[in-house]
Amino acid sequence: MTTFGMRPPTLEQEVTRELLPHDAVVDLGRERAEAGIEDVLGALDADLVGLAPVKTRIREIAALLLVDRVRARFGVETGRPNLHMCFTGGPGTGKTTVATRMAELLHRLGHVRKGHLVSVTRDDLVGQYVGHTAPKTREVLKRAMGGVLFIDEAYSLYRAENERDYGVEAIEILLQVMENQREDLVVILAGYRDRMDAFFSSNPGMGSRIAHHIAFPDYSTAELEEIGRLMLQGEGYTLAPETEEVFREYIGLRREQPRFANARSVRNAIERARLRHAGRLVAGSEPVDLVALTTLLPEDFRASRVFHGGAT
Amino acid sequence: MRITQGTFSYLPDLSDAEITLQIAYALENDWPCSIEYTDDPHPRNDYWEMWGLPMFDLKDPAGVLLELNECRKTFPSHYIRLTAYDARYGRQTTALSFIVQRPAKEPGFRLTREESADRQVRYTLHAYAADRPEGERY
Repeated sequence: MTTFGMRPPTLEQEVTRELLPHDAVVDLGRERAEAGIEDVLGALDADLVGLAPVKTRIREIAALLLVDRVRARFGVETGRPNLHMCFTGGPGTGKTTVATRMAELLHRLGHVRKGHLVSVTRDDLVGQYVGHTAPKTREVLKRAMGGVLFIDEAYSLYRAENERDYGVEAIEILLQVMENQREDLVVILAGYRDRMDAFFSSNPGMGSRIAHHIAFPDYSTAELEEIGRLMLQGEGYTLAPETEEVFREYIGLRREQPRFANARSVRNAIERARLRHAGRLVAGSEPVDLVALTTLLPEDFRASRVFHGGAT
Repeated sequence: MRITQGTFSYLPDLSDAEITLQIAYALENDWPCSIEYTDDPHPRNDYWEMWGLPMFDLKDPAGVLLELNECRKTFPSHYIRLTAYDARYGRQTTALSFIVQRPAKEPGFRLTREESADRQVRYTLHAYAADRPEGERY
């Protein structure tokens, strides 16, 4: 049986915690553990190789949000921090991966309500005819609310060579929402260093509204090797001891060649090695065991054109 | 006369915080929300004007509230309602619909009697506001 009647609204906003007295002491370590930040930061450290400046900045942001939360419990009101970010770096340096983690981290810290990531490019924001851009951009912004909007290759929004390009309209709407609805979404722009610099110099409003410019450095050979190992581990492969040397040599050679895309190139190399591995097993007539099925041999990499002076 | 249509219409008007909670409930159930407005709130007028397209793939009520406030700005004295559609097989219908804005002054309806054959009387409702042209009613 249900009884009908007026029920007072139980609003989340009304459930405010009792303010702490002025002489109270708060254990920040316990606060961290309660928020579950350590899981995300720990996973970030374990899964992402290198990227020291990025990790430092993320730790700082996490600390700021945590301190803000504790301050609020004492009744010290702070404006919401501006967390719009710009990731710059070469291809394959982990910008998208970090953005996904960022969404989860900001959600755990209570900065965004849902913690989903909406990843878009110019095509999703800019329309094809007059009056098409604004609804399209607003649509994307609405979808991203409560989470993180990740704009890949953001520099392409502004095309200096075409003054009638609709990208400017999308930028204006973005700016408006970034400024007025800071509590509803966080915008992360990503792109190559030089092009993003050009983008910001032609859109000073955008540059000044982004507080965190984070540069993603290119990986060293040792880091790429570590990344490759993690990828192989994730897919259930191992390198035979003599393959390790060949793999290292491969990465060293590939770095010098054009169109090198850091971790993405390593992934592609592994994909091709898997193809050769499978081809070799099927071509051979003898039965295979688990070791043969999971171990990549030197010839799987040696066959690559990289070793014969060509790309890929 | 206060018009009562849809869910919650006998309750006091919902505040924005309460509307947000209702939208959150709809989104939790995967019901896309849409916003409709009219200045002809006759009970038999089912088809109100659509404010943009229904909003699919939203995760957070802030997006719906953004559009709602846009609509309020454009039509400050129209009726506006929020509709949540349940697209599941077997239901495929409006799951939740409630008024989120009403004009400050609602003159109400006049009862019109029409005498027809054999002393039969037919009744019909006529909104006082509907005498004025569309857009100037409230």
